[in-house]
Amino acid sequence: MEKEYLKQTGRIFDIQRFSIHDGPGIRTIVFLKGCALRCKWCCNPESQSYEIQTMIQNGNEKIIGRDVTVEEVMDEVRKDMPHYRRSQGGLTLSGGESLLQPQFASCLLQAAKDLGLNTALESTGFASYETIRDMILPWLDLYLMDIKHVDRAKHKLFTGQSNELILENAKKIAGSGQKLIIRVPVIPTFNDTPSEILEIAQFARSLKGVKQLHLLPYHRLGQDKYDGLGREYTLEHIEPPSNEHMEMLAGVARTTGLHVQVGG
Amino acid sequence: MKNYYDGDIARSPRIARLIEDLYDHLPVIEAERAVILTESYQETEGEPVIIRRGKAFEKICHELPITIRPGELVVGSNTKTARGCQVFPEYSFEWLEAEFDTVEKRSADPFYISDETKEQLHEVYKYWKGKTTSELATSYMAEETLRAMEHNIFTPGNYFYNGIGHFTVKYEEVLESGFEGIIEKAEKELHRLKVSDEDYQKRSSFLKAAIMSCQAAIDYAHRYALLAASEAEKCKDEVRKKELLQIAANCARVPGRPATSFYEACQSFWFVQMLLQTESSGHSISPGRFDQYMYPYYEADMKAGKITREFAQELMDCIWVKLNDLNKCRDAGSAEGFAGYSLFQNLIAGGQDAEGNDVTNDLSFMCIEASMHEQLPAPSLSVRVWNGTPDEFLIKAAKLTRTGIGLPAYYNDEVIIPAMMSRGVSLEDARTYNIIGCVEPQAHGKTDGWHDAAFFNMLRPLELVFSSGFELGEQVGPRTADIAGMKSFDEFYDAYKEQMEYFIGLMVNADNSIDVAHAERCPLPFQSSMIDDCIGRGKSLQEGGAVYNFTGPQGFGIANAADSLYAVKKLVFEDKKLTLEEFKEALDDNFGKGISPQRVEELTARIAEQLGRAGVQAGENEIAVIAKTVRETPVPAEKQEKYDRLLQWIDELPKYGNDIEWLDMFARDVAYTYTKPLEKYRNPRGGQYQAGLYPVSANVPLGAQTGATPDGRLANTPIADGVGPVQGKDVSGPTATANSVARLDHFIASNGTLFNQKFHPSALSGIEGLTKFVSLIRGFFDQKGMHMQFNVVSRETLLDAQAHPENYKTLVVRVAGYSALFTTLSRSLQDDIINRTMQTF
Repeated sequence: MEKEYLKQTGRIFDIQRFSIHDGPGIRTIVFLKGCALRCKWCCNPESQSYEIQTMIQNGNEKIIGRDVTVEEVMDEVRKDMPHYRRSQGGLTLSGGESLLQPQFASCLLQAAKDLGLNTALESTGFASYETIRDMILPWLDLYLMDIKHVDRAKHKLFTGQSNELILENAKKIAGSGQKLIIRVPVIPTFNDTPSEILEIAQFARSLKGVKQLHLLPYHRLGQDKYDGLGREYTLEHIEPPSNEHMEMLAGVARTTGLHVQVGG
Repeated sequence: MKNYYDGDIARSPRIARLIEDLYDHLPVIEAERAVILTESYQETEGEPVIIRRGKAFEKICHELPITIRPGELVVGSNTKTARGCQVFPEYSFEWLEAEFDTVEKRSADPFYISDETKEQLHEVYKYWKGKTTSELATSYMAEETLRAMEHNIFTPGNYFYNGIGHFTVKYEEVLESGFEGIIEKAEKELHRLKVSDEDYQKRSSFLKAAIMSCQAAIDYAHRYALLAASEAEKCKDEVRKKELLQIAANCARVPGRPATSFYEACQSFWFVQMLLQTESSGHSISPGRFDQYMYPYYEADMKAGKITREFAQELMDCIWVKLNDLNKCRDAGSAEGFAGYSLFQNLIAGGQDAEGNDVTNDLSFMCIEASMHEQLPAPSLSVRVWNGTPDEFLIKAAKLTRTGIGLPAYYNDEVIIPAMMSRGVSLEDARTYNIIGCVEPQAHGKTDGWHDAAFFNMLRPLELVFSSGFELGEQVGPRTADIAGMKSFDEFYDAYKEQMEYFIGLMVNADNSIDVAHAERCPLPFQSSMIDDCIGRGKSLQEGGAVYNFTGPQGFGIANAADSLYAVKKLVFEDKKLTLEEFKEALDDNFGKGISPQRVEELTARIAEQLGRAGVQAGENEIAVIAKTVRETPVPAEKQEKYDRLLQWIDELPKYGNDIEWLDMFARDVAYTYTKPLEKYRNPRGGQYQAGLYPVSANVPLGAQTGATPDGRLANTPIADGVGPVQGKDVSGPTATANSVARLDHFIASNGTLFNQKFHPSALSGIEGLTKFVSLIRGFFDQKGMHMQFNVVSRETLLDAQAHPENYKTLVVRVAGYSALFTTLSRSLQDDIINRTMQTF
């Protein structure tokens, strides 16, 4: 019988195969378009708006965003079945924020589960908990959740949104028994001091069942895309943190007893 | 249960010193072998050729200078200086004489040659005029074959100018019974013969020559025993003195008698390996399953407490270094094609036994450890992978891959075993296969595989479709239909197939001519004494003495051919965006991107001819003026616009290598235009032809001889490497590329396929990175890919090495089926390696 959810449509801006840093094994990442946050360091600025956009890339115009069915996405995802099978990998949803297209995200996860794939979601948790609980968690193996800052004001300043909903959801998701890894983009001038990282780590430690913390060093690889979209990149003056600094922060975070790694 | 040790073993400080000594000078060409050989030939005029070969080998073993290099534990060198090379005038010599003054300065694989050596060789060469295998082979070739070779459709250069090589002998037999045992076996055969037998003359001559050669090898080792003993006497260093005395004892025993320890087995192995490369100049003389035939000696010594794992490792490391001491000087053209001073001595670890059990053991791991310690191109280390291969072994192999030396190469038992069986190899022999040279599977000790018999450029017949087989004033290929009248893609494709089949036939003619020449002029009794069933049949390998006989020439350019044929199909016949004539014009004009020297020559010839017809005789000056005009005449702007538009259309087409199933299946069909017609041919040794699909590194020099192609490839630029996609056209990541490549029929290409992938070192970081890397290999192999190898070195490193070669004297990269020193490669090949799409995790 034809599965109804295969017909569900949604808006994506990229599918990236052979990803190995966003969940176990060899994975395919589907990037959903649209996000509620506007993080100043975002390396995928084209992911933020839900609208289909034109971006200049290498001097050529490129249309960003397309509407696709779950079936179309899965046709691409299933191409790497032999590699998922050997590596116990699967599908990761990323964005943007997948939770802004909950129906679509839900259907993608269900379709992946139907193929026996491992599923992961890279998300900041910015949605009502009911949505997450009812539409995502039943088909999710691993939640990779971004916690960018514990301080409300600073969070709002750098991401455009307050962090209350995010922190609240983190507690609830952890409480549900969902396997959860906390990820922190380490951004100089925003959250790269030992005390800020420690605070986030302590919060992560307080979440039920959370054992792992990933510190993701800031990079500038997305900078050109801001130009391509005719937007200003406001962090131009910021240098990526050194390896030594990252290791120092990881050391601080490890005092909580969490397993901490630099990079995904 | 684990029955192997998979931990790390420390490197002895000795190894660093040995490596340093190896690379502190430019390799030298030495004349002794050529001089001794020639003297021997002058003494044996009129005797049967096999006897002459035996006597020459004997004289070489008795008279070639011997030397023990400082600090060596395993001895035997066929040149006075490390990495030197001897000369083999019996195969060909003109090229070296022509290169006397340039060989030191050439970009690929330079050699130093002294004036004295030049003089000696010059004298020797007087004798060889008219007596070489290459001259005889040429005289056997059909006129149209020679013409096709002149037009660079294929080149059998490898065996045309050198020995054949490409075999693995029964090392285990020498270890177990010594050459004395082999002599005994041959003598028994000899005594069984009756002088009245119809083949008595041939058989008895062969057996006598084999016995003579085996005895010569024993004598050679005894010379080393004496040298080591006398050096020991003079040695003031007590530690070294003891080592030399042990060496003397080893050489007194092996390879004449059975090895009684792991150390003796190492020494015995080495004499065999090194003398094989003194008897003939063939390369790819491959040690094969070293971890298997050496294991009984290691196991016995370990059990008896006679050896430590560390010392066993040190001995293996010494052998690894010595494999790099052997060298060979090729002509400048071949040196480009096989760049990196490589002898392709392929050594393989892991895999199954004849009953299908996994036999990964301590030594399998130690083989990888040795390459890790040594970080040099030889041996070409391979590992066998099947469903029963322990993950620990592949993780260990992946750690070596991560060091960036391009080793090991990974081979899929699940494809190779059935592929070999489809060629008549028994299940047992197929299960115990090893790899020869670059990627060629062989049943060891039983095969004369001729695995590298020619390079066949699949793009040249495509070019000839556009001109109905006519080129540079000659009808080179069949006169296929005029493109102007072609109504469908099938007509075009059929013309391509017709061109392919015609030239494949000519290539067979070339190979068989060379085959006969080797049998008649250079049968090799020493090599034949260690391959079944030469002694039983009383026949050298070259005359068909082996149990399995093959000829395996390789086609290359599948990716470009498939993308090109698809471009014609889609743009001309489906979308009707341009006509075939317009396409031809664009190709002739190299899409307006500068005209190739070959095309200048062609146009100049045509204009001169037209002038001639009009009654004007063009002299040299006039032709030079015409050539200059042709070269400098720009393409009109209007045409250029058309060409740019065409390139844009081509660029937008889907390309092979991106996991597009229907296109990959089309590429599979294109590969059949080479692999299928070839199968029906037989060689003079009674064996079958089987196709390989790989260009070694010839995709660069042979690309330079190829005009623009419909896939948008410009004239004289490199052709795609191996069975991989066109450089830079694989934009969907490594799994997509692997899936595409796996869609080719690897079973039919039983002479081997080659798939190169390049990774950034960060992709293999941590145990997780290694594990994911291993699953990528397993995932490719599940889909029945045959071979996979990796360049793991950053682009920045390569660019820096190009700019500062002095800092990267030992930087090894995977070229194509083998690893080479990056700085010794020609600039264009370096660029090609750098430009290959970087696959990152």
